[in-house]
Amino acid sequence: MNHLLKLSDVTIKFGGFEALKNINLEVHEGELVVLLGANGAGKSTLFKTISGLNKMTSGDIQFNGNSISGAAPDRIVKTGIVQCAEGKKLFSEMSVQENLMMGGFVHRRKKAQLKQSLEETYDLFPILKEKKDDAAGSLSGGQQQMLAIGRALMAKPKLIMLDEPSIGLAPLIVEQMFSVIQSINRNGTTVLLAEQNANAALKIANRGYVIENGILVLQGNSKELFNNDEIRKAYIGA
Amino acid sequence: MSKVLNKRNGIIAVLILSLLFPLAFSDNKYVLYIMTLAFIYIIAIYGMNILAGYTGQLSLAHAGFFAIGAYSVGVLTTKAGLNFWLALLLAVLITMGIGFALGIIALRTKEHFFAIYTLIAGYLIYLLIYKWEGLTGGVRGLIGIPIPNAIGPIKFESPIAMYYLVLLFLLLSIFVTVRIVYSLTGRTYNAIRNSEELAQTLGINTKINKLVSFVISVSFAGLAGGLYASLVRFIGPEIAGTTMVFTFLMYLIVGGIGTLAGPIIGTLLFIWLEQYLQSFQEHKMLIFGPILTLIVIFYPRGIVGAIQSLMGYFRTRKKESSKSYKTNSESTDMKSREV
Repeated sequence: MNHLLKLSDVTIKFGGFEALKNINLEVHEGELVVLLGANGAGKSTLFKTISGLNKMTSGDIQFNGNSISGAAPDRIVKTGIVQCAEGKKLFSEMSVQENLMMGGFVHRRKKAQLKQSLEETYDLFPILKEKKDDAAGSLSGGQQQMLAIGRALMAKPKLIMLDEPSIGLAPLIVEQMFSVIQSINRNGTTVLLAEQNANAALKIANRGYVIENGILVLQGNSKELFNNDEIRKAYIGA
Repeated sequence: MSKVLNKRNGIIAVLILSLLFPLAFSDNKYVLYIMTLAFIYIIAIYGMNILAGYTGQLSLAHAGFFAIGAYSVGVLTTKAGLNFWLALLLAVLITMGIGFALGIIALRTKEHFFAIYTLIAGYLIYLLIYKWEGLTGGVRGLIGIPIPNAIGPIKFESPIAMYYLVLLFLLLSIFVTVRIVYSLTGRTYNAIRNSEELAQTLGINTKINKLVSFVISVSFAGLAGGLYASLVRFIGPEIAGTTMVFTFLMYLIVGGIGTLAGPIIGTLLFIWLEQYLQSFQEHKMLIFGPILTLIVIFYPRGIVGAIQSLMGYFRTRKKESSKSYKTNSESTDMKSREV
């Protein structure tokens, strides 16, 4: 299979602290890959590195066959990687629709395409259409997370990186969230998902990696990981 | 009643007031002069608002660019003998050129460092004007800057004519600001102000957008400076000074930073307060200082922000009171079911 994203020996140091050590990770086209890890394990750092916000100390990142190491974040978005940051970072004063349109910034000159993406996003999240003129800050936690994902989809990414989309949401909403992520993947977008909720994430993922203290300690397909004793102890609690 | 008091009618009312203002004070040249001067400051502050209010980058070199505009017009008209209109156009272009060069370097820094860097850059502009006697007249300044040349039958000798001229440029500045704020460009600036990192992950090139915003911002300052030179007709290096930039900032913050009406309200309030407090010039900061401190603490978006949140409060209270009827009836339903 062709790899869409490939990290080779990616290392990041903040001063003397090694936040990521020799990360080797691959995501194939069409896959849904989960990155499991506790708070502070390095999930967000890894995502920020891929999207160009953190500068690598050493290593190489390839996307679609080209190196994107050291590229500016906005260039990386244009090549097709979009990150949906943790913590539902929205423009709270802008309306729902304006937030979505900001997500389509890289396609701002293709009006027809933007309109279509907007309709697709509304099909995926009907509640957003209902609230399209409301201020983003007035939405509930789950709706804000949906808006954040919808905004990322507006850029029509080849690869979408979701950083803990289930954080702080009610169990029922979490379930919905994961089924939406699955349908995004089935619609043809490759997904890299950072999660602590291993139980739910492994149910929808093809493969997974486990990160601890900036090191990838385990990898495998989701069944293997699901049956792994250490993972059951650490992340599933059974 | 709310239909009469809507935003559009309010704007029309203010516009008519500003057009009729000179007629009411046609024999009081001083009042007209102060108002014209205030409008010039407002133009400069609109520029400051685009960068500091909407893009979130506080530049303290703004008075420096105001002075570059003023001195460009001053030097070009008195020393090179150019027509005022050509000099004004060149002044704006020169300001934008210097702003572009300075912005490239300044925008490598962020937040506090950007503010400090631009403060120093502004001071350097002041020093340059102060020391470059051959060109700027140094501490003595430039004297005898001509009034704008007549356009056909329209002459600018009277204070009323100057008032309308400056008002025209002010309306133009407001128009440009409104167009920017309500466009994708404006939302892009807003995104950068919210979080540069988030803006970048949406594919926004923050470097270029900040630079363009910086150049637009200083072009307002250049225009205002050029108009200032021909209104006051004498300019000294103090217009580039730090007192000037903090005065601009105070007007902007009190009026409402990042709001459309803020620059007008803040400037007019302070300019007229200053007129009434003239008897104790030296101590005016005793009054302005506390006002500024209180506003920054309680209403970070100034008077306009305070009015907006007050109106928002009344609106939700109205909604909630109509809602509470429903919830009351619902709860009685529940009770009746329980019974």
